[in-house]
Amino acid sequence: MGKTKTILDNSKDFFAEVGDMSYFTARFFREVFKPPFEFKELMRQCFNMGNRSLLLVVVTGFILGLVFTLQSRPTLMEFGAESWMPSMVGISIVREIGPVIIALICAGRIGSGIGAELGSMRVTEQIDAMEVSGTNPFKYLVVTRIAATTLMLPLLIVTGDTVALLGSALIENLKGDVSYLLYFNQVFDAITYADIVPATIKSFFFGFAIGLVGCYKGYYCSKGTVGVGEASNAAVVYTSMLLFIIDFIAVFITDIFF
Amino acid sequence: MESNNKTAPVLELKDLQKSFGENHVLNGFNLKLYKGENLVVMGKSGSGKSVMIKCLVGLIEADSGSIRIKDHDITKLGQNELDILRTEIGFLFQGSALYDSMTVRENLEFPLRRHKKMLELKGNTESLVVEALTNVGLADAIDLMPAELSGGMQRRVALARALILKPKIILYDEPTTGLDPITAKEIIQLMRTIQDTYNTSSLIITHDVDCARVISNRMILLVDGINYAEGTYQELIASQDPKVQAFFKN
Repeated sequence: MGKTKTILDNSKDFFAEVGDMSYFTARFFREVFKPPFEFKELMRQCFNMGNRSLLLVVVTGFILGLVFTLQSRPTLMEFGAESWMPSMVGISIVREIGPVIIALICAGRIGSGIGAELGSMRVTEQIDAMEVSGTNPFKYLVVTRIAATTLMLPLLIVTGDTVALLGSALIENLKGDVSYLLYFNQVFDAITYADIVPATIKSFFFGFAIGLVGCYKGYYCSKGTVGVGEASNAAVVYTSMLLFIIDFIAVFITDIFF
Repeated sequence: MESNNKTAPVLELKDLQKSFGENHVLNGFNLKLYKGENLVVMGKSGSGKSVMIKCLVGLIEADSGSIRIKDHDITKLGQNELDILRTEIGFLFQGSALYDSMTVRENLEFPLRRHKKMLELKGNTESLVVEALTNVGLADAIDLMPAELSGGMQRRVALARALILKPKIILYDEPTTGLDPITAKEIIQLMRTIQDTYNTSSLIITHDVDCARVISNRMILLVDGINYAEGTYQELIASQDPKVQAFFKN
């Protein structure tokens, strides 16, 4: 009986959270098109998120390209198919691995940062202070951050993909005597709009999910400093799960239309 | 001062009730604040003082009762109307609540961004910021970050931010908590100066008896979510009621 009650309570909490998050999302769409627009804060957030994540994305992308090529090479050589390496790496990185890995990195870097920042503003009453001064903290803090992640993540993913391909080309050049020109010619021959368009659309949704969950967890943070830690942690965990769900849906839809 | 005057109160709470689950915090609290008055609400920690003051500005929704500020029942106002009414109220938070990613200047400019034109405040943003900071004695701190200020300085900047829209009512939530006795005295003195300069009515929430003694024209003792006792400081301290006596002795 006790166990049944716990499961019921957990289910109730889960659906309550889904409901709250849906309301939060609806409020974002209601506020985002309503003046006054916080362009200055949006630009500041875009700069913070993009600029401060750039090094991490570049390093991750480069190592991803290197490792992926190094690990795949022996298997392809076994089948005498090493000439397929550029097209295989190109398609894999552009369609799937690049967006997912970069989005997960950004969920850790940006999502947890948003959760912790808004959470600490909530527990130190800074959000309340904005509200009593007659301004709209949701618009200033939440709308700008979600918009910034939605706009910046595709750019970071394109950057990460490009650097990953450079890393892969470097290995092919060193190990397989493939020139950079030949490598990239093969990559661009293999990649089509059917690879690029769904991946780009998907990356906007990834960015939206990172901003949304980070803001939701931080904005409704409670329980003092412990709550800030929980908000930051939950932002990363929930976002990671959400990213895989979005990725699954995106792959499913892509499979139907492309 | 004007606690017994016949004018309408600038702020009135009637039968305010608020519970959090089984915890009944406010059980029919009443309050009237008159123009130019310093009204102190005292009570033990956890007695519901902060909940009451947050209900008053719409940060927490009361379960029942009415909250009237300048003839507006705030429980019936839309968000836009409430935001406009909030410009007439300054709020000093317990922990100062300065925006820690902004400089002192940006902290003070923040409330002006939306309301400066509507309120038709004289002077440009820069002069209003400098004026507010000068009135709290911190004009030199304009380009510092909140983390570079001491606790007392943070409280002063928070007070300057609360005053920037030139409100008619100021709400103080534990203005001296966490400060050393000397700084606490300076803040109390500043509160009196501010009242003279800006001609405000003040509602002060505190459990600091010294603060109440110096600043109050009238006091309400909040016990078990109701107005347990009311009067001037002298009247309350002379009370023979054991609960009132226990409060002042402790």
